[in-house]
Amino acid sequence: MRDVAIVGTAQSVHARRIDDRNEVEMLMPVLQELKDGLGVTQADLDFTCSGSTDYLAGQGFSFVGTLDGVGPYPPISESHVEADGAWALYEAWVKIQTGAADTALVYSYGKSSPGDLPRVLSRQLDPYYYGPLWPDSISMAALQARALLDSGKATERDLAEIAVRSRASAKDNPFATISGDFDVDEILAEDHVVSPLRKHDCPPVSDGAVAIVLAADDRARELTDTPAWIRGLDHRIDVHAIGLRDLTDSPSTRLAAGAAGVNDGAIDVAELHAPFTAQEVILREAIGLGDDIDVNPSGGALAANTMMAAGLVRIVEVANRISAGTAGRGVAHATAGHCLQQNLVCVLGAEP
Amino acid sequence: MSDVEVSPFPEGLWSQPAVDPSAIAELEGVEPVKSIRTPARLDYTYTAGISQSRFLRGMAEGKLLGERCRKCGKVYVPSRGACPVDGIPTEEIVELPSVGTVTSFCVVNVEFTGRGIDIPYASALVVPDGADLAVFGLIQEIPHDQVRMGMRVEAKWKDEADWETSFENIEYWRPNGEPDADYESYKEHI
Amino acid sequence: MSESDVLSAPLVVEYPFTRTVGPVQSAFFTGLREGVLVGVRMVDGGVMCPPVEYDPLTSEPLTELVPVGAAGEVTTWAWVDEPRADNPLSTPFAWALVRLDGADTAMLHAVDAGSADAMSTGMRVQVRWADEREGAITDIACFEPEGGDR
Repeated sequence: MRDVAIVGTAQSVHARRIDDRNEVEMLMPVLQELKDGLGVTQADLDFTCSGSTDYLAGQGFSFVGTLDGVGPYPPISESHVEADGAWALYEAWVKIQTGAADTALVYSYGKSSPGDLPRVLSRQLDPYYYGPLWPDSISMAALQARALLDSGKATERDLAEIAVRSRASAKDNPFATISGDFDVDEILAEDHVVSPLRKHDCPPVSDGAVAIVLAADDRARELTDTPAWIRGLDHRIDVHAIGLRDLTDSPSTRLAAGAAGVNDGAIDVAELHAPFTAQEVILREAIGLGDDIDVNPSGGALAANTMMAAGLVRIVEVANRISAGTAGRGVAHATAGHCLQQNLVCVLGAEP
Repeated sequence: MSDVEVSPFPEGLWSQPAVDPSAIAELEGVEPVKSIRTPARLDYTYTAGISQSRFLRGMAEGKLLGERCRKCGKVYVPSRGACPVDGIPTEEIVELPSVGTVTSFCVVNVEFTGRGIDIPYASALVVPDGADLAVFGLIQEIPHDQVRMGMRVEAKWKDEADWETSFENIEYWRPNGEPDADYESYKEHI
Repeated sequence: MSESDVLSAPLVVEYPFTRTVGPVQSAFFTGLREGVLVGVRMVDGGVMCPPVEYDPLTSEPLTELVPVGAAGEVTTWAWVDEPRADNPLSTPFAWALVRLDGADTAMLHAVDAGSADAMSTGMRVQVRWADEREGAITDIACFEPEGGDR
């Protein structure tokens, strides 16, 4: 296997609404900052892979228009996943492993503000049995949260504490949508949005973009003195229908974490893509993180949840801390689908 | 074309074993459901963005606006916000004449819903003079079988009173009487 | 031009999809139209309802259709105070996973319980059939507390 590292990252502020520009105009400054910071041009990047979905802003083939912001002419080698950028990273990593590329640009973005995101996400569901009822993403997450509370693995107070901790951590994150100090008792006194979820149990809707450059072996060392090496990378998927799953567990995350070798060494930092508070409890257990592990110092998806980017952002937040020297080894997780259906785990370290 | 007998898939290749409904009396002898209707509608408020808004506002004033990339100098119309060669925003606005050259065209024989145009009709890619990109448009005022590459055309705008922030202010393109453009002059834009 | 001059407009994305169904799903939807619930036996011997064509653990094709009851148990639920467009009910309702009698898996649907206080994990609910049925999941208008007269 080749040693592959994240050599540069950039992200936009994840705002509640970026409605003064279109998707390519939103993305370009992030790509420019990344390339300028590394001193590379598009010609230096052997492969480009992006993650996005047209259903967020409602424009078909939006990812083709956004590709203009990469400078794809003369024609470049590129690919796209209709998924979070974490999966675009996976594809680019595989490309590099095959030897077909030594460097790759991976980016993802989401502009959900134009539509009704919870309703849009109902289109991810089985079109025969689930879709025709139009269950929105918050309702689906609420079913999982109730199952977790019923199991005794967490209380509503535990979930509120996750929300408070996340948004307080986000005060140090200049890109976050929501940050600040909240009081557990005050937020527990609020009405439910879809019981048992209250507003604080849910992620913000965010618009934004994120981009990274991957490089292999010595190419990585040429591009930066502080690469964040990918030590393990794996993704798995559970059965789609929630009526067939134990919603209080995440077998796909457990499998992916094992295959990525999470517990082969100490973990200094973990960024878990848990847009809903209950999901952090489930993921911690599935990955096997002790209570002493610092989870989501960035604030996580409860502080900024740009659809299609939040998973890649988790990887970026771990990579940045490794490059900065504040963590030696970390785990990042990304999820896709309702109720943690599909999960990707990435282990990063300061050494290859 | 005569009817062609299509052979069934060979046994074992993508075949679904028959289901056994014997335990369900109510399924006996009734017409089985073969499909379900699953209509879907999603509503959005779409943002045109900075560059496209400039173009549309130009349309509202009867102007065809392109935008030039400061690096490579190419002029795009309509601009979508980025130069695909350099990956930077296009910022210099260039007012283009609504006169150009047909670089390619097709003859449409199928009625699309809501178009209200007599078929057959010709649609074309037209490169406005001074631009490096073609716009898509309907060709009228010439028999569809006389439309050709290199044909010089001008835009037929709607009445000024009907102008909106819309590309539809240009109703169609029609021949402007100039001799056909030389192939060399537009071959880069095909 | 200032950035506040950016234009926006309503955009509707709409698709009139019709989806064909395979033999297992056809049996389920035909059953709904005829007023019965149909499940399928999985490789481990359990019954899945609503049924799909392949086993979720082994991916083998499933063929043995099994009748399943029109009442069952709520395994998890969530209360919706503000129904959205196209939801099964336009008045406040609960989403629920319902494990029908004779099935080992659960079905997602709505429960017309009246209030969140009337909902509990483990409660019994029964199908309320739609007035007109065409062979779709919405032939079940919703569920209601068992024995209730709503």
